Amino acid sequence: MTTIVVNGMERRYDGDPEMPLLWYLRDELGLTGTKFGCGVAACGACTIHLDGMAVRACQTPISAAAGLTVTTIEGLSPDGNHPVQAAWRELNVSQCGYCQPGQIMQASALLKETPNPRDEDIDNAMSGNLCRCGTYPRIRAAIKQAAKGVRP
Amino acid sequence: MTEHLFDQGGALVNVSRRSLLTGVGAGVFVLAAGLPAPSGAQEKKFGADGMPNGWRDDPAVFISLAEDGTVTVTCHRSEMGQGVRTSLAMVAAEELEADWARVRVAQAWADEERFGNQDTDGSRSLRHWFMPMRRAGAAARTMLEQAAAAQWGVAVAQVRAGDHAVSHAASGRSLSYGALAKAASMLPVPDRGSLRLKPATAFRYIGKDTIGLVDNQDITTGKAVYGIDAQIDGMLFAVVARPPVYGGKVAYHDAAEALKVPGVVKVIAIDPPAIPSEFEPLGGIAVIARNSWAAIKGREALKITWEDGPNAVYSSDSYRARLSEAASKSGKVVRNEGDVERALAGAAKRVTAEYYIPHLAQSPLEPPAALVRIADGAAEAWACTQAPQVTRARLAKRLGLPVEKVKVNVTLLGGGFGRKSKPDFVIEAGLCSQAMDGAPVKLIWTREDDLHHGYYHTVSVERLEAGLDASGKVTAWLHRSAAPTIGSIFAPDPKHELPFELGMGLVNLPFAIPNIRAENPEAPAHVRIGWFRAVSNIPHAFAVQSFVAELAAAAGRDPKDYLLELIGPARLIDPTKIGDAWNHGEDPERYPIDTGRLRAVIETAAKGIGWGRTLPKGSGLGIAGHYSFVSYIAVAVEVTVSEGGRLAIPRVDIAIDCGPMVNPDRVRSQMEGAVIMGAGIASSAEISFKNGRAQQDNFDTYELTRMDSAPRDIRVHLLPTSDYERPLGGVGEPGLPPVAPAIANAVFAATGKRIRQLPIRDQLSA
Repeated sequence: MTTIVVNGMERRYDGDPEMPLLWYLRDELGLTGTKFGCGVAACGACTIHLDGMAVRACQTPISAAAGLTVTTIEGLSPDGNHPVQAAWRELNVSQCGYCQPGQIMQASALLKETPNPRDEDIDNAMSGNLCRCGTYPRIRAAIKQAAKGVRP
Repeated sequence: MTEHLFDQGGALVNVSRRSLLTGVGAGVFVLAAGLPAPSGAQEKKFGADGMPNGWRDDPAVFISLAEDGTVTVTCHRSEMGQGVRTSLAMVAAEELEADWARVRVAQAWADEERFGNQDTDGSRSLRHWFMPMRRAGAAARTMLEQAAAAQWGVAVAQVRAGDHAVSHAASGRSLSYGALAKAASMLPVPDRGSLRLKPATAFRYIGKDTIGLVDNQDITTGKAVYGIDAQIDGMLFAVVARPPVYGGKVAYHDAAEALKVPGVVKVIAIDPPAIPSEFEPLGGIAVIARNSWAAIKGREALKITWEDGPNAVYSSDSYRARLSEAASKSGKVVRNEGDVERALAGAAKRVTAEYYIPHLAQSPLEPPAALVRIADGAAEAWACTQAPQVTRARLAKRLGLPVEKVKVNVTLLGGGFGRKSKPDFVIEAGLCSQAMDGAPVKLIWTREDDLHHGYYHTVSVERLEAGLDASGKVTAWLHRSAAPTIGSIFAPDPKHELPFELGMGLVNLPFAIPNIRAENPEAPAHVRIGWFRAVSNIPHAFAVQSFVAELAAAAGRDPKDYLLELIGPARLIDPTKIGDAWNHGEDPERYPIDTGRLRAVIETAAKGIGWGRTLPKGSGLGIAGHYSFVSYIAVAVEVTVSEGGRLAIPRVDIAIDCGPMVNPDRVRSQMEGAVIMGAGIASSAEISFKNGRAQQDNFDTYELTRMDSAPRDIRVHLLPTSDYERPLGGVGEPGLPPVAPAIANAVFAATGKRIRQLPIRDQLSA
């Protein structure tokens, strides 16, 4: 039996402890905002926060999350108005939108660590998150815009 | 409150039969009885008229209005990032005089008899549907005006719709759209010819940057539903082990270990298809389980021996040599003007170059995935498909159901790029559901599946030869394009590119050269070849635009000036006169090739990047211009190449003339995306084969552009037009083809190294 807290709710799971969190979130909890893109931590579409750290859910066995707090895109903010989410909308960052939950989770973790990131910080933090549509210039701009709203 | 809908004959029907329209709440009215399908559709053969099932402009099909004033516009094209759900709705809302804040967008299911053509490809959704959606909006607006006029007992000419209400200036009366919905819905749809369309000067939404994406909120909160996200209670999950070589089959399999994996429910065989396989699944062994993870683990536990078949001979190295050999000799002549042989023989200088452009995988970040259930002799699918009706027809046929017993719901697409025009994955889901007595099964492709079993972009050798006179002017041009055709998935062993492939930058080259010939040598296919964003324009433009810069260098000329000189003076070219009967499906009179527009985008991009400025060592500028999807695009690039051979792209200027624009911000975003995808094609992306097997497994080896390697500063220049009478051009695809050659040309300017093989990868460190 594994116990984890997902978006503030305690969950118990007694299946395969090796199952990646990605599939637990999507298939068992129906939280499909966390996306499958590669399964090998090469695209970042499944990025979630594990105790506040951005991690790839596809490479995180559920056992590794035991007793920890998981935040998914659905739980990033109660009303969907985290400054990063708001900036993404204001700049119409998305094209197909599929990678964007992962991008937003990665960007929000970056801004928590580095409230006023330089371009190199953004490159370092975001280059693990693929966007096949090519929204990188707007992602960069949105992170900078959001930075204005998340300073401590 | 009763809900009313009116069917095509004007009779009241039960709203529950049309589930799409019930989602917008009580008191929903579809405006009016239907317009007949366009009567001239049979005679014409261009544009939307030439597409299967043509177009509709019936407001009853596309627009509903609730008594609370909510307008719902139905989008019948697939959203895959191009913004079509926003843009088509903007067009209808514009003519409807709707308040955008009260406009919702519903997604159409697959039904081309009802909606007209739904194939979302060829960069034509707005191009083909701008006018029908305007008319639908204008018809609905007219009916609201008629309803208000009737209520007040005044002439229709005395009332005016505006800002979600109809008003009568003389009396100061006004009625909201919601209040008029029921009465308007009773009226017949006005005659198409009687509609008054808004003048462009009165547009509030079209051509403006005031409208955000309709799916912004859902996307940024994780609520957006893609094919892979579809859920039904009790659904099962499936993955398929497919033959690693195209045309292969299962020789032996043992599922005992797979069935021991906790959660695995069933293992089934999917029959191999006849070859060519069209849109049918590749066959193999499917593992159906209680969750995706169990299905994946179960598949790993399968023991399968494959019988590879004849395509096991396919290896990229030897195939490239074969294409090169084919391109070294004369092939099928597909365009011929003047006397190329004689002109080459008499040339002061002859230049030859051969270019290699590899296979690519579309690899939308959402891999193919679909959910299907079957009950009571009817199937229902949820799928990320670019081709809803094709999916419906193919699924019905394979499941042995009448088409009307198959419903295909179109989800959002997590990218498409041509991959999701092929419904093989939806059929796989259907077969799994059928094997489970109709239980809902969601079938997903892993990234390895996507890269190993794709419908790949073709691979090509492009050989060009030119003759220059003593002044450096091109007098002869010979282009041989050897590449397996998309036709190979439909017909056994076709030897040549199809007209639509030839018309993507090979035969329709708008250069002013007296002696010009294009040839298409034979090229057999050994894998599934499929549409990839911009399709054959990619290799053709790469070769042509690289070669122009090579010729400029040979002639000692500036490459931009030389390109403009080759294009020649501004003029209109009838594409059918230069061997292109296809012309992207458009009427050659309405859409001639306008070299003046091509020249203008090249000048604009050049000006944008500061063409001619002095750059430090290791930096250079390159340019390319290309006409495709009846739009004109030029790309100017600045690159830097470090001493160690590391390529960086600090600046790109891309200029587009696509005629009138509906949603400029989405044109910009498509150009930004094209630049970034094109940078990946130039620098790192390749699918190669060995013994019939794709050599790339995932994004670690199929390398796409990432944030740190993406062009840093991308400036999009939209060539403005206020004339909305002019025909629209494509946007989704045409940005891509000129990007890679512009980068390669910039690399040459920076280093003197000519790139003739894509991707560049480590060629600069040698």
